Amino acid sequence: MYLSRKSSDARSIFNKAMTILAGTLVVVALIPLLAVLSYVLIKGFGRLNLDLLTKLPPPPMVPGGGIANAIVGTLIMVGLASLISVPIGIGSAIFLSEFSNPTTAQWIRFATNVLNGVPSIILGVFAYSVLVVTTKTFSAYAGAVALSILMLPTIIRTTDEALKIVPQEIRWASLGIGAAKYQTVLQIVLPAALPTIVTGVTLAIARAAGETAPLIFTALSTQFWPNSLSQPTPSLAVLVFNFATVPFKNQQELAWAASLILVLLVLTTSIISRFALRRKTY
Amino acid sequence: MTSHLAESTPLIHAKPSLGQVLDKTFIWITRICAFSIAGVLVLIAIQVGIEAIPAIKAFGLGFIFQQQWDPVKEHDGITGIYGILPMIFGTLMTSFVALLLAIPIGVGSAIFLSEDFLPVSFRTVLVFLVELLAAIPSVVYGLWGIYVLIPLIRPLGEWLHEHFGGFFLFGTSPSGPGLLPASLVVTIMILPTITAISRDAMTSLPPELRQASIGLGGTRWETIFRVLLPAAFSGIVGAIMLALGRAMGETMAVTMLIGNSNTVNFSLFAPGNTISSLLANQFAEASGLQVSALMYAALILFVLTLLVNIAAQWVVMKVQKF
Repeated sequence: MYLSRKSSDARSIFNKAMTILAGTLVVVALIPLLAVLSYVLIKGFGRLNLDLLTKLPPPPMVPGGGIANAIVGTLIMVGLASLISVPIGIGSAIFLSEFSNPTTAQWIRFATNVLNGVPSIILGVFAYSVLVVTTKTFSAYAGAVALSILMLPTIIRTTDEALKIVPQEIRWASLGIGAAKYQTVLQIVLPAALPTIVTGVTLAIARAAGETAPLIFTALSTQFWPNSLSQPTPSLAVLVFNFATVPFKNQQELAWAASLILVLLVLTTSIISRFALRRKTY
Repeated sequence: MTSHLAESTPLIHAKPSLGQVLDKTFIWITRICAFSIAGVLVLIAIQVGIEAIPAIKAFGLGFIFQQQWDPVKEHDGITGIYGILPMIFGTLMTSFVALLLAIPIGVGSAIFLSEDFLPVSFRTVLVFLVELLAAIPSVVYGLWGIYVLIPLIRPLGEWLHEHFGGFFLFGTSPSGPGLLPASLVVTIMILPTITAISRDAMTSLPPELRQASIGLGGTRWETIFRVLLPAAFSGIVGAIMLALGRAMGETMAVTMLIGNSNTVNFSLFAPGNTISSLLANQFAEASGLQVSALMYAALILFVLTLLVNIAAQWVVMKVQKF
């Protein structure tokens, strides 16, 4: 009897009140998510048709049109960025988990985390000064370089984690039957970690596709089809930014539709990766 | 016998030299990749620094305290006066207002989601949903802010200005874009950082702490406030600093919502500007000394976020060891 606590006790009331308060805070944190997702769905869904995916953005006051050039531009730049960042990222992660000593690994992981915290607009400034200033033109290259730096930390982290999970025994087994180190890594360890690595890369790609800041003054934007990698290139994210503030209803609708595409992309990859990462084979 | 042993061919051969060469090459390639990450960080600093030199020479440290940003004004024989005091003010103001809102919500959520208030499966879903907040592109938040958030908070702003206009934070009437909508969106964007890392810090505490406190008769919330929060304190501080770094560098949503006016005004409803918005707005059309001045601004932002980030990483790393 001495051990029971009355529910009218001040401590119990405080306990209950705090629980309710903390629960409310979670709800408060989730309201914006629901608000943003529902608005993007409602506003963007009306324009989700074939024209959107196949036509160019119309001039002001002209109805219809689509955002096909921006979709192609985003695909080109994110593809190019992946070509740069995936090999370098996986290479770095292999070095971190397989070949480096703990101190070096710790420093490089530190650098990776710090790079992850660098504002994306600074990456744009960097690409601008390295590529736009020297070549004197805004280009898909410059945009892709900025995006590739943005993707690197995510790829390194997930690959690093994936390689760490692979049990030490299969490395020993491989080396024991006479395989060289590069054979062990490329033919035994990497395939075992592949699903997780692919997930990480997909996440990085989805995030990069939605990034605007590194592109607005490296790739710029155009109203036309992208026809060369060394010319200004449109992208979905920059299109949303440009069309969000114009006073034309049609353009605003296209901005919502482009947002919907970006959000769906991020949403599906996040959910898929969630399930893929949970199912660990080892 | 001995001669027989010496003549026999060894069962285990030394690895062929080609394999060894390939091994060395492979390790070196991965090493170069890894060191290039640190290299990129250094390269960004050097590159932006070099491009900023003309502006640094022209304006020196006065750049930070100068209020005017005017690319066409003639002054001392050079075209353009550049100073980023209003942008530094805007950056700090939005970041701190955002932190002020995000810390209670984020840490509160972290506590709720790390304790066993809810069944594990439901909790996992909620954790995932909070993390999803970080995945939505910044520009989408900006679009949402323009068409949903600004009209939504306008009546509230008008009411606050009418009744508490004397208070410096509500000193101007709401004009649409301004510090408040920008800060609110930044709050949403840094919430997942605070929640996720604080939650990690709380869940990685040894279970004995909780057991001991409950065993001594503490209620759940007494345990949280007097035992768990102090023990996870440095992790939570790390989370807040990481969030501060993100808030200062956040660009697109802020650019779309802050109004981009180079003034120093403490009113939450007044338009302002941040360093990142300045870069986003002006880089594409800049030329001559203006580019260099923008690079100088970028350098300042880079150094600020770098310092905050390094400190945050250092704190988080210390915590992980424990």
